[in-house]
Amino acid sequence: MLTFILRRGLMAILVALTVSFGTFALFHYATDPAQTIAGEDAPQEMVDEIRKQYGFDRPAAVQYFDWLGSALTGDFGESYFWKQPVVQLIVDHAPVTITLALASLCVTVLIALPLGISAALKPNSWVDRFALSTAVSAQAIPNFWLGLMLIILLAVTFPIFPVSGDATWRHFVLPSLVLGASSVPAVMRLTRTGLLDVLSSDYIRTARAKGFTGYRLIVQQAMRNALLPIVSVLAVQLGNKLGGSVVTESVFSMNGLGRLAVESIFNSDIPTVQSLILIFVLTFVLLTLAADLINAWLDPRIRMG
Amino acid sequence: MTTNQAINESGLTPTTAVQEDNSLGLSPTMAALKRARSHYGLKIGLGILLVMAIFALFAPWLAPHDPYMQNLPMRMLPPVWGEGGQWQYLLGTDHLGRDYLSRLIYGARISMTIGIGAATVGMIIGVTLGLIAGYYGGWLDQAVNFLVTCQLAVPSLLLIMALVFVIGQSVTVVIFVIGATHWVFYLVVTRSATLRLREMDFVAAAHAMGCSKFQIAVKEVLPNLANQIMVIFTLEVAVAILNEATLSFLGLGIPSPIPSWGLMIAEGKQAMFFQPWLVVLPGIALFVLVIAINLLGDGVRDVTVTNRRN
Repeated sequence: MLTFILRRGLMAILVALTVSFGTFALFHYATDPAQTIAGEDAPQEMVDEIRKQYGFDRPAAVQYFDWLGSALTGDFGESYFWKQPVVQLIVDHAPVTITLALASLCVTVLIALPLGISAALKPNSWVDRFALSTAVSAQAIPNFWLGLMLIILLAVTFPIFPVSGDATWRHFVLPSLVLGASSVPAVMRLTRTGLLDVLSSDYIRTARAKGFTGYRLIVQQAMRNALLPIVSVLAVQLGNKLGGSVVTESVFSMNGLGRLAVESIFNSDIPTVQSLILIFVLTFVLLTLAADLINAWLDPRIRMG
Repeated sequence: MTTNQAINESGLTPTTAVQEDNSLGLSPTMAALKRARSHYGLKIGLGILLVMAIFALFAPWLAPHDPYMQNLPMRMLPPVWGEGGQWQYLLGTDHLGRDYLSRLIYGARISMTIGIGAATVGMIIGVTLGLIAGYYGGWLDQAVNFLVTCQLAVPSLLLIMALVFVIGQSVTVVIFVIGATHWVFYLVVTRSATLRLREMDFVAAAHAMGCSKFQIAVKEVLPNLANQIMVIFTLEVAVAILNEATLSFLGLGIPSPIPSWGLMIAEGKQAMFFQPWLVVLPGIALFVLVIAINLLGDGVRDVTVTNRRN
């Protein structure tokens, strides 16, 4: 078990480092931060002065390790655009995104699990067909458009929820629905196929023969094994939701990390973009690592293999 | 591990087993065509796609107006069934008085170009890497696997946005950037199929006859992957189309005034409380196109991939 954790942990660190270096290189060679700070039509002397002052004239590798070293101690540098420490920006914007991601995960689970389970219990019935066509449609709806439609319907025509913002829990209802809906097809399909596989296995036949039915058969016997892949896919989906927040937060004008990322890109605010990508990648890597560990804990075959 | 889940998410593994059919004696292609004729999803998807493709191809002749022509006195007209709608502008006009139907028709062109273009770019990258990883194995395989892990860990939309912003907004850039970030499915499927095919007798025979590794990979292994690659291609076209719409909606995709459906939704958003059709219509167009492509992809998978090969 220990070597398993160590091996996966090492991989996670390596991935995070590679990705962060890739982002750094991309921005380093494609943009001129000195010009960005000085402004579009600043005189050349001023740009040169800033370049020297911030150390942009040093070799790329030196700058990267300098940035990485500070990042490891929690110093992500200063935002060029908002003129304040990136850490402060992230701390200010994170709560909205975390709340949104968790709430939308609940939405996903609450819709996808019951649908997937009922579809698997009665394959090829109308429930199954309904669940599958829901998945097919949900996959084809542009997420941002679904957000706009919900605003038109539930915030304007029937003013039940606020149009935009993030002040109260009511502001989070529509965005969570939108972001949650995006993961429903994947989780539902996986629940359905996973449970179908388990239900056709020998031990379930034995359980049925012994007289197990309904709740005890499905939840106590079958779901336990069907849950394995669902745990991993939920972790991946939670990671994706951080990325998905980019769109949802823009549609609903919420002050989260996603919208911060969009605005930083528009304003060539490299330290902020770079730090956000690093944080997103780290979160994703940690989530998948956690999922792998939970799975290894649940299933001895994985940790031995 | 993660890649397998990702594949499952895509619904690539067949969820419905193909019914047993007595296609003995038919060539595989004929058998697939026979199955296709009785597959409703496939027929519906293909039908919708053909209609939209005709509109996209013959847009200059089918569109009633020039999609770039501004006509400010005629701005914000509702569709013909709305109050004050005019027959001249069937689906109304936008905030600059441009004919909405014409822009929607030209928008199909943009969506399809980008979808097919990006899926092709992704296919070239993914299949090449997959063949290399699966056929050569060893450290090359490990390197490619690491690349996949990294690619999956990056929030792809954010990366695409950053890349498009840095390189510059144009149709070509959007195609290449979306393609360059969507090759993982091709790779995973190509790699695992290559691993399996590598051990087969006909590959050993080709090897014995003196074919080089490259010849074997391209001439013996690749043709056997065509079905699966085609299925992924269709599904990736749909993903690319949705990605482009999202990018353009956020203002980091197709530049104005090109009629992209995502951009039209972004422009319509300003007035969506008073003229909701500006947002509703391009969204429906996107939905119909993407669902048709997905139905086609699922159908092709059902009729060609007869057993769970992976």
